[in-house]
Amino acid sequence: MSANQEMRPVLDAADVGRALTRISHEIVERTRGGDVVLLGIPTRGVPIANRIGERIADVVGHQIPVGSLDITMYRDDLRLRPARALERTELPPGGVDDAVVVLVDDVLFSGRTIRAALDALGDIGRPRSVQLAVLVDRGHRQLPIRADYVGKNLPTSLRESVRVQLVEIDGVDGVLLGGLDEEGAAE
Amino acid sequence: MKRHLLSAGDLDLDDTLLILDTAAELAAVADRPVKKLPTLRGRTVVNLFFEDSTRTRISFEAAAKRLSADVINFSAKGSSVSKGESLKDTALTLEAMGADAVVIRHSASGAPHRLATSGWIRGSVVNAGDGTHEHPTQALLDAFTMRRHLAGGVGDLAGLDVVIVGDVLHSRVARSNVLLLRTLGAKVTLVAPPTLLPVGVELWPCSVSYDLDSTLPTADVVMMLRVQRERMSAAYFPSAREYSRRYGLDSNRMKLLQPHTIVMHPGPMNRGMEIAADVADSPRSVIVEQVTNGVSVRMAVLYLLLGGSELSDGSAAGTANEGRGL
Repeated sequence: MSANQEMRPVLDAADVGRALTRISHEIVERTRGGDVVLLGIPTRGVPIANRIGERIADVVGHQIPVGSLDITMYRDDLRLRPARALERTELPPGGVDDAVVVLVDDVLFSGRTIRAALDALGDIGRPRSVQLAVLVDRGHRQLPIRADYVGKNLPTSLRESVRVQLVEIDGVDGVLLGGLDEEGAAE
Repeated sequence: MKRHLLSAGDLDLDDTLLILDTAAELAAVADRPVKKLPTLRGRTVVNLFFEDSTRTRISFEAAAKRLSADVINFSAKGSSVSKGESLKDTALTLEAMGADAVVIRHSASGAPHRLATSGWIRGSVVNAGDGTHEHPTQALLDAFTMRRHLAGGVGDLAGLDVVIVGDVLHSRVARSNVLLLRTLGAKVTLVAPPTLLPVGVELWPCSVSYDLDSTLPTADVVMMLRVQRERMSAAYFPSAREYSRRYGLDSNRMKLLQPHTIVMHPGPMNRGMEIAADVADSPRSVIVEQVTNGVSVRMAVLYLLLGGSELSDGSAAGTANEGRGL
């Protein structure tokens, strides 16, 4: 908890709201609203995907399919820690075949989570294309992966940790940056 | 999670719910175009079956393959066991081949425990039925099935009234179920002729009745056990016909059940003996679904035992080496 106390806010609730609104408009603009499926990556990608889904629905005037995609079974670091509990995977009724799938996560870091998500996606269907939306891109990629929609580019050092907070999970919206968190709260 | 799964009694409520919740997520894999997850790639699971089995062995094999593990099937028939090779030498052979998990079924109660604690092998041991002792994955899949039908698929089974009928004496399924259902908060009643109840059953965490008809009207679940003739060396009841009359579930008895009550059977069934054919094939029967759920539950067990880092219980690896030194 000591790391938590040292953390300083870099985005407040209003910043988070604006970033998600901008991402939503960019998604509509680039995909022209056709066949978009949002898939949030648990845990914090899911509420973000839901919020983007609502905002897109406000713009285009109809609901768009939103789901969640658990990537636990596809992680490349499973053997480094004891077996983890699984998160929910909920695909929209229409599936993902021939859709433009937008993966949604809170923080883009090493890119390994997204690599796992692409593998998981390949086993459940064949989307027309796959895009990536993240609230925060903190750099330090270890794989050739980039985001199509970024809420905030946040230059960090490897020793820092980034923590995204959302009302649905943490009771408050915000992004915190802290030093010397061994774990790297988000990846 | 522990390193091995030997007894349903070893699982506390958190472990049990973790397995059931994981199984619920893994059940969705069966509906996907690619029924496979890459999680146990490069791990080896040995099915070590000293006793005949259809569904348990196939179920474990399907579960391991859906998780991309390599599966080696071993059955005592046609192996060196028929030449008199001991459990120990068989185990050492498996260890030398690099088995990460051994799923064992044996006619001797306690064989999986011996395998897990003797230090012969380093991998995880999963009990797939030992003698008349335990069959923990069967209890898990039964609990999973009950939870799906009667508890909305989440949480524990608090308050559920489960009646287990038949050959409790020879049943590892009954023992594992009693232990696991107690952990999950269900109320269990065993119904059997006095000759087919084990010594000390009054100390089990359940109630016992000799009269089937009085227990059926309040039951949420009726689980019929197979009359295990191959384990019976003496006369436990006068005739098959009399047993069937008093303890078999037929369509007349089925009328006593509440509308939501489900009928279960671990298989293989003696149709016409403990369960009538029209009951086994009725809409209340979830017997086929039990088999489907078995794969999900066994996937969950294999994932939780093998999917993560080697469990921190370092003493197990230590004893493996000591054992070999002796």
